[in-house]
Amino acid sequence: MAAPKHSLDWEAISLRLVFGALAAVAILFLVGPTLIMLLTSFTASQSLKFPPDGLSLRWYVALLDADQMQAAAWNSLVVAFWTTVFSVVLGTAAALGIARNRSALARVCDVLFMSPLLLPALAFGFAALIYIHKLGFAPSIPFLVLGHIVVCVPFVLRTTIATLSQLDPALLDASYSLGGGRLMTFRRVTLPLIAPGLGAGAFLAFMASFDNVPVSLFLADERTEVLPIHLWQQIETNLDVRTAAVSGLIVIFTLILMLLAERMAGLTRQMR
Amino acid sequence: MTTSQSRLVLPLAALFVAFFVAPLIVLVALSLTADTAAWTAANYVKFFTDRFNYSILWDTLFLGLKATLVCLLFGYPIAWICAHASARWQSVLVFLVILPILTSVVVRTFAWIVILGRQGILNQVALGLGLTHEPLRLLYTEPGVIMVLAQVQMPLMVLPILTVLTKLDPNLADASHVLGAGEWRTLWRVTLPLSLPGVIAGCILTYSACVTAFVTQTLIGGARLIYMPLNIYQQAIGANNWPFAAAISVIFMLAVLAAVALLAMIGRKSETYGSA
Repeated sequence: MAAPKHSLDWEAISLRLVFGALAAVAILFLVGPTLIMLLTSFTASQSLKFPPDGLSLRWYVALLDADQMQAAAWNSLVVAFWTTVFSVVLGTAAALGIARNRSALARVCDVLFMSPLLLPALAFGFAALIYIHKLGFAPSIPFLVLGHIVVCVPFVLRTTIATLSQLDPALLDASYSLGGGRLMTFRRVTLPLIAPGLGAGAFLAFMASFDNVPVSLFLADERTEVLPIHLWQQIETNLDVRTAAVSGLIVIFTLILMLLAERMAGLTRQMR
Repeated sequence: MTTSQSRLVLPLAALFVAFFVAPLIVLVALSLTADTAAWTAANYVKFFTDRFNYSILWDTLFLGLKATLVCLLFGYPIAWICAHASARWQSVLVFLVILPILTSVVVRTFAWIVILGRQGILNQVALGLGLTHEPLRLLYTEPGVIMVLAQVQMPLMVLPILTVLTKLDPNLADASHVLGAGEWRTLWRVTLPLSLPGVIAGCILTYSACVTAFVTQTLIGGARLIYMPLNIYQQAIGANNWPFAAAISVIFMLAVLAAVALLAMIGRKSETYGSA
């Protein structure tokens, strides 16, 4: 190590100060709004003011009578559940085919499967609506799930392919040479080793579906209204404090699910 | 073994062909029709001859650029601090970074309405400190939209940069120090160029998310600031003009793809620079 020069010390301090300040502002900026939302939802008054005038659970209690909101939340959960199931099954299979595969077909599939992350999802949602219409169908929950799979499966693929490429192929060879069949090797060796990546991907796909607006905007109608669309309309038309209570619930559930995902799948490691 | 294993992509590939590629082809086909003629470019001509329409396109593309730059300005320092933190702090910081992206976009945007509104916290603070005499208009302005977009999409910038920074060989920075370069010079000449692939990946993800962020654009921008996603929605659902809405969608997709391709090209250049 070179003896630190005087100017070097000053530079080190100034760099850390500037970056530290920018990062601190950014972290506050990232976390603050969610916290403010959460606190505002416990307000005792009719208006969405921060800091709230007194705390109460009245708007959470009011949700018990919000039939439309409950129906929308139920639809969202059903759609997110099936989207996650199909995304995990189809995504894992595709990831096994793509990882470590240098063939042209695998490369093309990789680009194709990832493209929904880059293309404007709203344009795809509209395209799907036209397509269903041309085929003579009306929007329904199964079509909504199909649309969601297309935009959510990239999350499963990304984390699963990443864990698969870290998998030591010698382990698979060992299993084969010990007489393990293809299916047995998958179940007893590959699956346990990629489970964290798969779990993180499933979690991300679930959240992405539960939160999706651009596709649901076109593929959901009054009967199949989903929660984000319902909230979006509520916020656009009348600022109801019940909307804040639902938002508070969503924040709390997201936090709990994230802590679970962190515990079980090491979410923060999988996302890097 | 490889061939039987590549067959595993087929189910998802079939789904994508039937429900992703086919709808996009139908979209393009519909955009080339009109009431009068079967195959016509009339919708495209209409778009590019109408100042209102193509100014929306430019506004949207520039909105994405501005929001992406704000994300980069704040996102790079977070990633850098994360990469230099101890393992324990790193987990905490990454958790704080991904918390917002997993919280519903509608909820996060709603929070900003509470913050930016006429009686929001920002205005209360500004009035209380005597910085302004009447409430500032923050909602329904472009700076407001940029600020909220930056907050909503920031994690997409931080995570790819962090991935690259944690893989960098720390010896390179040490070597730079030993050779007499200060911290700023090392950042500018060593760390930043080597982390460019992560920066580019972050920019691509952030940009494509910002231009298509329907919820944030409509709730914070209001009805008077119109961007491409709202334009498509209004033409498709409001005006029920599907062929024209299809043409706008195709133009929007191509514009976003062109922007992404440009960024990717810069990224490939920077990768050869990094390895040289």
